[in-house]
Amino acid sequence: MARSRFERELEELNTGLIKLGTKTEQLMTASAKSLVDQNVEQALSVIEDEREIKMLASEIEQQSMQILLMQQPVASDLRKITTALKATTDIRRIADQSKDIAEIVINLCEEEDYTTPTDIRKMAESTKQMLSRCIESFVNMDIEIAKEVIEMDNIVDELFLKAKAALIALIRKNAKKADEAIYLMMIAKYLEKIGDHAENVAQWVIYCVTGERKIRKIKKTGEDGKDTRLKP
Amino acid sequence: METKNISIKVDNLDLFYGEHQALKSVTMDIAEKEITAFIGPSGCGKSTFLRCFNRMNDLIESCKITGLIEIDGVDIYGKIDVNKLRKEVGMVFQKPNVFPMSIYDNIAFGPRTHGVKKRDYLEHIIEDSLTKAGLWEEVKDTLNKSALMLSGGQQQRLCIARALAVSPKILLMDEPTSALDPISTGKIEELCDKLKEQYTIVIVTHNMQQAMRISDKTAFFLLGEMLEFGETSQVFSQPKNKKCENYITGRFG
Repeated sequence: MARSRFERELEELNTGLIKLGTKTEQLMTASAKSLVDQNVEQALSVIEDEREIKMLASEIEQQSMQILLMQQPVASDLRKITTALKATTDIRRIADQSKDIAEIVINLCEEEDYTTPTDIRKMAESTKQMLSRCIESFVNMDIEIAKEVIEMDNIVDELFLKAKAALIALIRKNAKKADEAIYLMMIAKYLEKIGDHAENVAQWVIYCVTGERKIRKIKKTGEDGKDTRLKP
Repeated sequence: METKNISIKVDNLDLFYGEHQALKSVTMDIAEKEITAFIGPSGCGKSTFLRCFNRMNDLIESCKITGLIEIDGVDIYGKIDVNKLRKEVGMVFQKPNVFPMSIYDNIAFGPRTHGVKKRDYLEHIIEDSLTKAGLWEEVKDTLNKSALMLSGGQQQRLCIARALAVSPKILLMDEPTSALDPISTGKIEELCDKLKEQYTIVIVTHNMQQAMRISDKTAFFLLGEMLEFGETSQVFSQPKNKKCENYITGRFG
C-alpha cells in the first residue's frame, strides 16, 4: 500500500486516542464514585492518575504535530489529525475537571458528612454515559452515536439548573450548610462542563467523518420564554 | 459572494488521438481573473486539455475534437483567427524556452509579429511586461544581452513576460515551476498571485502543495475524465470523489 509509514503513524495516533479516551472515562467514573461514596482515598488516586492522562495527551499532541509537519496531510487525513488535536484538548479538560471534582471531594470530606443532592448524582450518571458514548462514537467513527451525545447534553444542562435551584434552597434553609452548598455547586458546574467537552468531542467526530461543522444545539426556551441555555 | 464572469466555457468536450480517447465529455466553467489548477497523474489528460484552450492540439494530425469551448462567448473551434486566439491565450511551458536572442528581442518578438513597429511603444511594452513578470529590476541594464545568460528561474519569468507582451487575457501554464528551485518557484507563485488581478490563469501542476497555495479552483483528472472540480480549499479538505481523495492523500493504486 502507498504511504505505509503514514498509515502506521495514523494507526498509532488512533490507538493513543482510544487509550486516552478510555483512561479518562475511567478517571471520571472514579471521580464521580468518590463523590457519592465520600471516599477520600479514591479521590486521591484520581488526582494521581490524572497526571498520566496529561502526559498521554501531550504525547498525542506531539505526534499529531509531527504528522502535520512531516506528512502534510490533506482531505480525510487532515480531518483526522485536526480531530485528534481538538478532541485531545477536550478530553484533557474532562480529565482536569474530574481531578478538580476529586479535590473538592477531599475538602468536603474534611468538613463533615455531606449529602450529594439527587440532581448532582443524576448529573454524574448522565455525564458518565455521555462520555462513554462519546468515546464509543470516536472509536467507531459513528456519527449517529455522536448526534445522540450532542442531544444528551441537554439533559445534563437541565439537571444543572435543578441542582442549582436545590442548592440555593439548601442555603436559604440552613446557612450553616453554605460551605457545603458552594462546594457542591462547583462540582455541579464541573460536571456540566464535562458534558460540554464530551459534546465537543462528538462534534469533532461528525466533522472527521463528514467534513461538516454545522450541527448547532437546538435552542431551548424556558417557561418565561427566555433562552435557558447556559452561558459558559 | 461575488459571482465571477466566465472566461472559458467547456461543454461536453471529447478529444481523440486516433483511436485513443484522451478526454471524455469534460464540462466546466473557468472563471475570469482566478487561478484554476489542473491536477492528476501523468497521462490523465490535463495537459491535453490545457492545450485545447489555444488550439495547440491543431498541430497534431490525428487529433480530433468534439464538443464546445468558448472563450468570452466565442466558439474557438469555429471560424476564428487562430493567431488572434493565441495572442489572447498565452502559454508558458515546463522548461523555459527562451529564444536564442537578446532579452529585448525575446519580448519584442510577439508585438513585432502583431505589427507593433514604433520603438517608443515597443520599449514601453518591454518595460511593462518585464515589470509585471517581476524581472525588470534584474535585467533593465542588460536588455541587449542574450537571454540564454539568465538563470532558469529568470528565463521562466522572461517567458511569462514574453507571453504578457502581446496583452493576452488568459495565461496557460503547463508545470511552470517543475524545473525550478524553491526560490524561483516561490517567485513565480508570488507572481501568479499578482497576475490574477488582470489575467485568467490556468495551471497544470504535479505539485499539490502548489495547487493548494496558489489556486482558487482545482480540477482533478483521471484517465481523461474530470472527476472533481471545486474550490481548492474544498477539494483538499473534503473531496467528494473517492478517487480524487486517494490521489491527493497519496494512496493511489
